[in-house]
Amino acid sequence: MAEIQNFTMNFGPQHPAAHGVLRLVLEMDGEVIQKADPHVGLLHRATEKLAETKPYNQSVGYMDRLDYVSMMCNEHGYVLAIEKLLGVSVPLRAQYIRVMFDEITRVLNHLMWLGAHGLDIGAMTMFLYCFREREDLMDCYEAVSGTRMHATYYRPGGVYRDLPDSMPKYQTSKWRSEKEISKLNRIREGSLLDFIEAFTDKFPGCVDQYETLLTDNRIWKQRTVNIAVVSPERAMQLGFTGPMLRGSGIEWDLRKKQPYEVYSQMDFDIPVGVNGDCYDRYLVRVEEMRQSNRIIQQCVAWLRENAGPVMVDDHKVVAPTRLEMKDDMESLIHHFKLFTEGYCVPEGEAYAAIEHPKGEFGVYLISDGANKPYRVKIRAPGFAHLSAMSEMVEGHMLSDVVAVIGTQDIVFGEVDR
Amino acid sequence: MAEFLQSLMAYWESFPADLRFVVIATMQILAVTICVILTVAFTTYFERKVIGSMQGRIGPNRVGPLGLLQPFADVIKLLIKEVVIPQKSNRFLFVIAPLLSIIPALATWAVIPLSDGFVIADINAGLLYVLALTSVGVYGVILAGWATNSKYAFLGAMRSAAQIVAYEIAMGFALVGVLMAAGSLNLGDITRAQAGGLSHWFILPLLPLFFVYFISGVAETNRAPFDVAEGESEIVAGFHVEYSGVAFAVFFLAEYANMVLISALTAIFFLGGWASPFEGWSFLGDDSLLRATSFFWLAAKISFFIFVFFWLRATFPRYRYDQIMRLGWKVFIPITIVWIAVEGVMAWLHVGPWARLAS
Repeated sequence: MAEIQNFTMNFGPQHPAAHGVLRLVLEMDGEVIQKADPHVGLLHRATEKLAETKPYNQSVGYMDRLDYVSMMCNEHGYVLAIEKLLGVSVPLRAQYIRVMFDEITRVLNHLMWLGAHGLDIGAMTMFLYCFREREDLMDCYEAVSGTRMHATYYRPGGVYRDLPDSMPKYQTSKWRSEKEISKLNRIREGSLLDFIEAFTDKFPGCVDQYETLLTDNRIWKQRTVNIAVVSPERAMQLGFTGPMLRGSGIEWDLRKKQPYEVYSQMDFDIPVGVNGDCYDRYLVRVEEMRQSNRIIQQCVAWLRENAGPVMVDDHKVVAPTRLEMKDDMESLIHHFKLFTEGYCVPEGEAYAAIEHPKGEFGVYLISDGANKPYRVKIRAPGFAHLSAMSEMVEGHMLSDVVAVIGTQDIVFGEVDR
Repeated sequence: MAEFLQSLMAYWESFPADLRFVVIATMQILAVTICVILTVAFTTYFERKVIGSMQGRIGPNRVGPLGLLQPFADVIKLLIKEVVIPQKSNRFLFVIAPLLSIIPALATWAVIPLSDGFVIADINAGLLYVLALTSVGVYGVILAGWATNSKYAFLGAMRSAAQIVAYEIAMGFALVGVLMAAGSLNLGDITRAQAGGLSHWFILPLLPLFFVYFISGVAETNRAPFDVAEGESEIVAGFHVEYSGVAFAVFFLAEYANMVLISALTAIFFLGGWASPFEGWSFLGDDSLLRATSFFWLAAKISFFIFVFFWLRATFPRYRYDQIMRLGWKVFIPITIVWIAVEGVMAWLHVGPWARLAS
């Protein structure tokens, strides 16, 4: 008798749905998955080790590159841990700016997730619609930090600079006429806050548009309802956080449970799912985008009213301005010390976690009193989610693997670190 | 000059009749094939523009005015690329598979009446010929998937085989309805049976069959949302994952030629082919071009259906393989069977729009 063997398939790392460099070894019975074995490490860049070799401030840029679709949130986790060790309290305006950019980043991340998830399931148009809105948010990053992705905007003690009064503008080219440019630049005439406000006004309409295409779409529902169901108990055992946990019906959100910065003063709701399937996680994330929009609006309103410093006034941690440095001896010394040696952090250890768009992003920092961390451990939410991959796809078909990768919102920058 | 033409005609007449037939038929075949290939070229351009505008993009606009030369640039690129034949593939089948998928796609055009009186082969079993050839097309896909010797291609081929078997049946049953309505297997006669304006078209009495036929057509050509055989995000490109250069271009050509073909067939079977929708509107004047039957009406209908193909692609997510099977076997086949019965009874009782159908 012929021997019946399972079909082993190598899914990725070069695969259009691998979200970067995921390698899955699938054991299949026909099209039905028996076992999925995720292989990680193809994007390992030794971020944690690199951070040990550099003064604290110089690693902020590495944090951007962890989860490269929610850059500022990673920075936030890292600077919070440092601030906890230093015992620095951040000025209120900086806290509002951080909360606003955390939420902008959350929308940025969820848009990327929605586009990629849609594309994985075959709804190609979603991807382009989402990127249309992402473009505007990238412009916010650009306005505030000069770069569209890896901002390095949060610093221990506050944020790098105050919000700018002007927005970067489009310029005419061979392919874009004066008229089109003036149309594109119309909402970019005012300050960054004007721009963000205009965005928050139109964004709920955009979310409605995405939902029109997907939420009640029969094919979308057939592809996501009852796929990769995770019970609430199991979700907790697996260490799920963020939308993955809330999709299973557990109302756990660090912004409410352990408020950091000014989240305690924000008015927003936490959506939770019921069945814990891909469709519920989709609904949770879409609703989170709407809630983030609300938070951004509240921050904009506050930031318009209240001026103030955005950095602590402590030159042992924060470099003096260039002007001060030029005519004050002490400032010059501070400047020199900070840009050569950096600052030393008192001995001790700290864990700071934030509600990252993907879940709980934590940074565990040990300092031995030197100017470099003794150890940095990054708790990436995607890693825990990915380890549940096999359990989530067992018994489903090959096409569902793609849906599950999408619903987990995997980004390899943070999984492999 | 006139004398020269006359002598030329006389020379032509002096050929044996068989030879003249062969020459004329060859010229017609060449003309139609070249037209189809050009249509395919511009269909790709049309697709990119239509989907582009639906997705808020521009689409090709760099090569030539409005990007109109983009298809030719693509063809040249594909022609000069290397055709890589995987080492462990079956070389013969690997090379022959693209041909197997393009030949039926082009050969079917032989029986398509492009306008009243122009058809390459006016055969009475036209509809059977169409069914037979569209079924042969799947061999190209299956052989390509098998010969490549890759797991992704293999899965694509398996999916495609199962899918086409399922939808072939629904399609066949839908055509039984058309056959009953027209009382002929000849595509020209089917079109002529729908003469007399919008209300005489088969789309009205056969509405469910029209939808089943067109959706099965979408499935049959492996287009979104039924593109599981090449599902980009699942099995990369399915059966043609290892094809490059010209070999890939031939598959591509076949897919689009099939799409144009399905559009043409839907127009002929359900929308009166070359017939004008304003045929019965006497107030337009007796010699109004709008009322005349012409090739342009067929072209307009084909363009519309091609547009619908793109529209579907831009709107829907992809079905899962087992869901496609369910839709084919459990929804479409029952609908067609029921509607054939309804049609028969209604035509027999001479009710409503069914009364006109052939008896």
